[in-house]
Amino acid sequence: MNDASPPPQRSPSPARAGLTDAGRAQLPKARTGIEGLDQITVGGLPRGRPTLVCGAAGCGKTLLAMEFLIRGATQFGEPGAYITFEETEAELAQNVRSLGFDVEAMVRDGLLTFDHIRVDRREIEEVGDYDLEGLFLRLGLAIDSIGAKRVVLDTIEALFGGFSNMALLRSELQRLFRWLKDKGVTTVITGERGERTLTRQGLEEYVSDCVILLDHRATEQVSTRRLRVVKYRGTSHGTNEYPFLIDERGISVLPVTSLGLDHQVSSERLATGVPALDAMLGGQGYYRGSSILVSGTAGSGKSTLAAHFVHAACARGERCLYLAFEESRDQIVRNMRSVGIDLVPWLDAGLLRIESSRPTLHGLEMHLAQVHRQVERLDPQLVVIDPISGFANGGLTLDAAAMLLRLIDYLKSRGTTAMLVNLTGGGKDVEATEVGISSLIDTWLVLRDVEATGERNRALYVIKSRGMQHSRQIREFLITSQGIELLDVYVGSRGVRGNDSQPQRTVADLRAGGNRESA
Amino acid sequence: MTMQSSNGQVSHAAHAADAATMPVETETWELRLYTAGQTPKSVLAFNNLKRICEEHMPGRYHIEVIDLVQNPRLAKQDQIVAIPTLVRKLPEPLRKIIGDLSDTERALVGLQLRPRRS
Repeated sequence: MNDASPPPQRSPSPARAGLTDAGRAQLPKARTGIEGLDQITVGGLPRGRPTLVCGAAGCGKTLLAMEFLIRGATQFGEPGAYITFEETEAELAQNVRSLGFDVEAMVRDGLLTFDHIRVDRREIEEVGDYDLEGLFLRLGLAIDSIGAKRVVLDTIEALFGGFSNMALLRSELQRLFRWLKDKGVTTVITGERGERTLTRQGLEEYVSDCVILLDHRATEQVSTRRLRVVKYRGTSHGTNEYPFLIDERGISVLPVTSLGLDHQVSSERLATGVPALDAMLGGQGYYRGSSILVSGTAGSGKSTLAAHFVHAACARGERCLYLAFEESRDQIVRNMRSVGIDLVPWLDAGLLRIESSRPTLHGLEMHLAQVHRQVERLDPQLVVIDPISGFANGGLTLDAAAMLLRLIDYLKSRGTTAMLVNLTGGGKDVEATEVGISSLIDTWLVLRDVEATGERNRALYVIKSRGMQHSRQIREFLITSQGIELLDVYVGSRGVRGNDSQPQRTVADLRAGGNRESA
Repeated sequence: MTMQSSNGQVSHAAHAADAATMPVETETWELRLYTAGQTPKSVLAFNNLKRICEEHMPGRYHIEVIDLVQNPRLAKQDQIVAIPTLVRKLPEPLRKIIGDLSDTERALVGLQLRPRRS
């Protein structure tokens, strides 16, 4: 009663659907469909070869393996066989149901097949010579029954607990990996992290093509998942540790985009939403796709300025993502309404999305990963991050800066305009804290309070704005019920400074402003 | 003697005695030997098993040989990984012995016909 359907014909040249660098003399690869992972591996896992995915318990190995199969079956037309040595089929199906995958239906449709191989040493006696041909037959059956192109062995190390003849086991494993290659199936083998080795049983010795290490660690009480391609024979790959995220849509890895400064630049100008500010920026506003930094002390009107820009962008029909790290969505909507900026229509129309969260809750890199994912999904033309200092509070400053660089890089490479709001301490030099990122910033506005003649007034100036003639005036402004209104000139402590020919004096005056009663 | 493979459906076996002569009060041994083709290891295992049975439970045993090359699906029911595997279905509890059974003493221990020595 051999009702296993004959294995379908395999074409000698594997399909490389969707692989952008198919023309290059690269190894044939099998796309995982996992966000970010295909970018890091430049196209996916080595096709027809085994890949080792290792890491400590709970690091996401099983999920990665499962997603590899499911996406292979659903997105790339490659059925998959999941051989589990630990969890039962039912447990596995349960685990991925939360990701919205109906595994049972996929099994019914012949896209997936499961086999739970359980080896219990307590009920096995070893008497004389044996081999693991039973394992091969079961694997062969699973593969042939649905014409599987992808196989997962999770985790084959369980065999080491089941048999005492290590020499035999190792030679059988070697035979197994050869056999899998001969079968031409793309295989993911999971392995538990060892103390000094990548895997407890040294599986990395057998799998030489591609090794991916997953890690889940906590630094300063903030946990981060990271992924690293330890080895990928015959291909270039990213070698960094990449943060990854497990959420309701599965795994997404955050690739560090290498900007290479060859991104497309736009000469299109975007109104800032404040006409007088447009005038300061060469009369036309920001460049599309540029990175704009708005820094200032608390309460100086940074968010309001950002909201103006969002409002103007939405009015042009653009999609905006507003990442708020200090205020809730409703709070922002209410506050902006009080200054005459109504964001509700844009929210209703789906043009604006306000995502509120505290970076500290997730950890820095998770946070960046989430931002990344949100950007991928919404595909916005404008992203506002309010404030970027939220990142600095969430973790180490060095990490935060590096991360922010990545994010800005990423947005730039997408041609997405980025507005970064930064809160600077009152006592510090407003320009000092941004040193780390200033080189990436195209337009830099500073907002600050100026104390003079018994009043606190708000002032705004442009530190830099690449590629345009910009004003060097310090402009006083008001936040009225119609939003930000720039006054014609700044009235400084030593009188009216409206003369562009004396910018140094004006800045010096601003810095000194609070300390002098009068001239 | 040569080993016979069943097709899995019918338990083809080497009956040493017919039901009439079988002692009623003694347990019948239900044994299943999983093989993968007629490999030397499998033939050896079968011959060793037959000899042990004849010696220790003549007329009270039933050996079913399952060739997984012909019926790989049957590997799942008894969780077979190693070949050859002998499964003692009866008397309970279920026992598994892997290997060619060339060490008779250990085979007897595995079948629980001998007490385990440390």
